[in-house]
Amino acid sequence: MTTSRSRGVRLVALAAVVALGVTACSGGGKEKTDDTSSGGGNAAGSSGYTVAFITHETPGDTFWDKIKAGAQQAAKDTGVTLKYSNDPDASKQAVLIQNAVDSKVSGIATTLVTPNALAGSVKAATDAKIPVVGLNSGIDQYKQLGALMYFGSDETLAGQTAGQRIAQAGGKHPLCVIQQAGSVALEARCAGVKSAVAGTENIQVNGSDDASVTSTLQAKLSQDKSIDYIVTLGAPQAIDAIKAIGAAGSKAKLITFDLNQEAAQDIQDGKIEFSIDQQPYVQGYMAVTSLYLYLKNGNDIGGGKAVLTGPSFVDKSNIDKILPFTKNNTR
Amino acid sequence: MSHSVQAAPPRPAPSDSSNRVTLGLSNRLLARPEVGALVAAILIFVFFMAAAPAFRSAESFFTVLYQSSTIGIVAVGVGMLMIGGEFDLSAGVITTSAGLVNSMFCWYFGVNLWVGALLSLAFCLFVGFVNGYLVMKTGIPSFLITLGTFFVLQGANLGVTKLVTGSVSSTDISRIDGFGSLNKIFASSFKIGSVTVWITVLWWVLFVALAAWILQRTRIGNWFFAVGGAPDSARAVGVPVVRTKIGLFMTVSFLGWFIGMHTLYRFNTLQAGNGVGNEFLYIIAAVVGGTLLTGGFGNAIGVAIGAFIFGMTSLGIVYAGWDPNWFKAFLGIMLLLAVLVNLYIKRMSTARKVG
Repeated sequence: MTTSRSRGVRLVALAAVVALGVTACSGGGKEKTDDTSSGGGNAAGSSGYTVAFITHETPGDTFWDKIKAGAQQAAKDTGVTLKYSNDPDASKQAVLIQNAVDSKVSGIATTLVTPNALAGSVKAATDAKIPVVGLNSGIDQYKQLGALMYFGSDETLAGQTAGQRIAQAGGKHPLCVIQQAGSVALEARCAGVKSAVAGTENIQVNGSDDASVTSTLQAKLSQDKSIDYIVTLGAPQAIDAIKAIGAAGSKAKLITFDLNQEAAQDIQDGKIEFSIDQQPYVQGYMAVTSLYLYLKNGNDIGGGKAVLTGPSFVDKSNIDKILPFTKNNTR
Repeated sequence: MSHSVQAAPPRPAPSDSSNRVTLGLSNRLLARPEVGALVAAILIFVFFMAAAPAFRSAESFFTVLYQSSTIGIVAVGVGMLMIGGEFDLSAGVITTSAGLVNSMFCWYFGVNLWVGALLSLAFCLFVGFVNGYLVMKTGIPSFLITLGTFFVLQGANLGVTKLVTGSVSSTDISRIDGFGSLNKIFASSFKIGSVTVWITVLWWVLFVALAAWILQRTRIGNWFFAVGGAPDSARAVGVPVVRTKIGLFMTVSFLGWFIGMHTLYRFNTLQAGNGVGNEFLYIIAAVVGGTLLTGGFGNAIGVAIGAFIFGMTSLGIVYAGWDPNWFKAFLGIMLLLAVLVNLYIKRMSTARKVG
């Protein structure tokens, strides 16, 4: 062991020496000019409300990061105390909702991705006279579950609109890339694309391994040369798809759902045709704000209908305006 | 492994029975851990050659090799560790940690990427050391210790990334100094005719050759078998059990670092939640390749073939153009078949030896 340890020490020492040699500022790193991009909005004192914000986020997805960022900003703007919790497992998410009811929060915002599993907990909330709003998923079920309002995108509609744009551009054989097995929302998107372009084909990839996504797509592209469009359902997979298209020498065009900074840059560079954005930041922001308005002022947003935050298209025509927002993690 | 005297379950054929020379030879061949896997690999290869037209090209073959190499490089280390009688469940997630340490350190402080790469290497070796040290000092099974490391790293990956970059993915590092040279080492490719060869394939071959040589031809290799097969006897005959096992854990984390570097320099950014689940692929590759789950038996070529079977199956299904919803089911059946063929071959060899 002594040898392993001294070897470790030597390595650290080596790293330090090298570090001293090259600490001269290197381009491409963190921009040091402005660190105050907190998006405006001052905490206007506490309004006394506590909102539980519960999602089925799988940790580590940039998409959820934006929903959370929106919710946090709204909590700051309205002076609400935000309690965020998440679990991708339906029964555990139901327990989280029950926890919120038990701790007597003023309002609950939750995703309704597995309506049946969550129905009991949501009912417990409404029975306890705690207002519930739905967001992100559950557009068809939120009302019967007893949620007051809903903020999200219609996944099937989003898929259809994307498919229509592909059809208009002459696409015949799109490949729809599903990065997570068994997700209703992802399947709905692909089904939407298929309803507009009959030749749509689905493929399953392992979204947690970029190298695997790339080689799987590359394999598919060389297996079937007639694929003329790739539709990725998340921005990270779009980056992998770009590598796969290059490696397979394919001429397929690429469109993606959702945005991140990289994907936005690729839209500007013309590597991605367009993105179908469901504006997660707005979903988080509106869910908290609507609860605040309901509690404070008895307001009801949406006229009894779901409020759609998407599909919103990001392409060459508006990317210049949107690109800076992706850097703030708000789009 | 005929020379792993303390541990290998198949008894070496008695060399003095002169009337069985030819049989003894074939027995010895069949009893090698990689032979069963090789037969399974050939069967699966022939199957996809027949079933998937797109599979029948050199380009496809090298895409399969690339896919296999990204699993196979770490799997070689995991295989050796399993021969040494231990598990490492943190091997999948450490690949992401390695890339994140490198990427965020250099981005935040604006320093050359080589600094971060070395720092990340030191970090990974340290994690490997801690794994090994805790397992040896506490006597708690490595399954539990590394499960702990796995969760710690998984959480830290997300938490630290969020703190540093304000998001859960690392930032693009392709414009920071040192990217070009590191990209050449870890994530470049070259063309032979129309075939793209990724450098990871070459590294894979090198690491497998090195591991095979160590296991077969060196004293340290003998120690690996000894500590896995019978640690107490090994200690009794003077094998440095603690050092050997810690060294094995550090080998795994070194190879995890290597794949982490590949992923970082090929994709420029990393999702902080990635890498989870790959630890099982490494273990699967090792087991399909004939490594015993209980330790003391296996070899590097076998593990390489195991990784190849995984790469071939996962892409072969795509080349065949089958319904993607069935993907995992196909994969499971293929892997089960591989293990069964493996077992059958081994049985056959021992049966003939007895009869």
